[in-house]
Amino acid sequence: METVVVALVKIALMIGGLMTAAAYLVLLERWIAAWTQDRVGPNRVGIPLTKFKLFGLGQPLADGLKFIFKEENTPAQVDRGLFTIAPIVILTAALAIFAAIPFGSVLPKDLGIEGVEQPIQLCVAPAFDVGIIYVFALSSIAVYGVILGGWASNSKYSFLGGLRSSAQLIAYELPLGLGLLGVVLMSGSLRLENVIDQQASTGVWNMFLQPIGFVTFVVAAFAEAARLPFDLPECEQELVGGYHTEYAGMRLLMFLIAEFLHMVTAAFLIVILFFGGWHFWGLTGSSKDEVTWFEAIMRVLVLQGKVLAVIVFFMLARWSWPRFRFDQLMDLAWKVMLPLGLVNLAAVAVLVEFGWDKAENKLGFSPVWAMAAMWGIAIVAWTIAAIFTPLQTDNRPRLEAISE
Amino acid sequence: MRADDPNVKWIEEPKLGLTGKMYLPLLVQGLTTTARHLVGPKITVSFPEVRHQPGNPLIYRGVHRLNKDEHGRVKCVACFLCATACPAHCIDIIGVESPWPDREKYPESFTIDELRCIFCGMCEEACPVDAIELTSLYDLTGRSREEMIFDKEKLLSVFDMTKDAEPMKSIQYGGTL
Repeated sequence: METVVVALVKIALMIGGLMTAAAYLVLLERWIAAWTQDRVGPNRVGIPLTKFKLFGLGQPLADGLKFIFKEENTPAQVDRGLFTIAPIVILTAALAIFAAIPFGSVLPKDLGIEGVEQPIQLCVAPAFDVGIIYVFALSSIAVYGVILGGWASNSKYSFLGGLRSSAQLIAYELPLGLGLLGVVLMSGSLRLENVIDQQASTGVWNMFLQPIGFVTFVVAAFAEAARLPFDLPECEQELVGGYHTEYAGMRLLMFLIAEFLHMVTAAFLIVILFFGGWHFWGLTGSSKDEVTWFEAIMRVLVLQGKVLAVIVFFMLARWSWPRFRFDQLMDLAWKVMLPLGLVNLAAVAVLVEFGWDKAENKLGFSPVWAMAAMWGIAIVAWTIAAIFTPLQTDNRPRLEAISE
Repeated sequence: MRADDPNVKWIEEPKLGLTGKMYLPLLVQGLTTTARHLVGPKITVSFPEVRHQPGNPLIYRGVHRLNKDEHGRVKCVACFLCATACPAHCIDIIGVESPWPDREKYPESFTIDELRCIFCGMCEEACPVDAIELTSLYDLTGRSREEMIFDKEKLLSVFDMTKDAEPMKSIQYGGTL
């Protein structure tokens, strides 16, 4: 009974927090977009019927109200069932992912709640042995929502958008998985908590040890979240629109929320897998389940702070770099990221096999040397990839191909 | 267009150096540029509180006004030159015989459909007596279409509103008065 109540409280926290976060991330994105373009951004909507503006923090409420009162338009000749299901699929999958993602570490034992003996893990489904696989399986389901939305719309723009997005999302599953595998090898577990614990116990974040894996994962995470420079699924500015061209009102909002939730998922995964999760040297302690209140609160704050930093990076990236052309996008996935991921995997396998973090390892080097070796490999591998598959490609029509 | 058309000039793209091919240094450059703009000066004007000032009000083309002469009478002589010059046909004048001895005609009614006006300033150029001018008022709004059709009284009241801030252009540039 207690566990059910605890789980329900955590689910309520998670869903409420995520929905609010998604709404306010839209505001943050608009602010950052404005600031990078030397504008001010939304700053007017505050408390209704008063003069209090509150820096525009009422904007998400106004946006939500606007979406509620917008016309729910269903075009003629669409496949009504699939058309309605598509946003539900994509949003459900995006929300369900967070069951396995810890939003803190653990609460101290002296909680004072009757009947709760175990320390409460700050995760809806703690100690989930296949957590990482679960997260990846669910985030792959997003592809179905995209394809369904594109197909059911009965519009060639949506259909092409859906095809484009599904090709991209599926292509980037592989670098994503390869970037992740190194981390899994390193921690020897598919539990997200164990990945964090491993980094906390050694004090070395995976980012420092696996630079290639990190870059591969981040690039693939950008593509999976369909953010610039890989936002070909939506292409707000240049193309007609993506798979959700025909959607309006609440159903469009569901797509957009799901997009933001993907970004949050990606940020959480990047932080947990590569930035040490809740670990910060000297602040959060390194014990797994024994924490003081200070450490417990610091862990939540450190984790959320890191996630926010990654999200801000996501948003800055949107205004920094130009979009990839589709062939370049595919080149990057198959010719650059995939080999790099394999190189990373092999290097990590060697490190783990010879016990890099043990004092008397078989190779006879310290963790610092392991780190230096990995960075050396990273630079060499990246240079080779850059020389042999430069991302700049010639898009002129080939004359010899035409004359034949 | 054929690719081997001799009229098509294909431009060689500049060759990328190693840093360009490695992509990461350029990514860092782009990110730094963006990040620098996060904290720069902002160019937004918060409109109702802060009102943007057009650079030179004498050459700005905003809402029209009908000028008055020193006796407070409308300067217009109902010659129809502005209505003829107007490419949007938004000026409508009814000219009748003038009660004053210094001119033959004056406009009994003078309306401008501000919804049709394209603010090209041709009326201003055409007017031989500098009766019609464009002011620097730019927040031209109304709650109905009828409200946006300015009659003679309204155009004259625009003159009363702006005569201190914007003197008649002819005075400054030595035109007719």
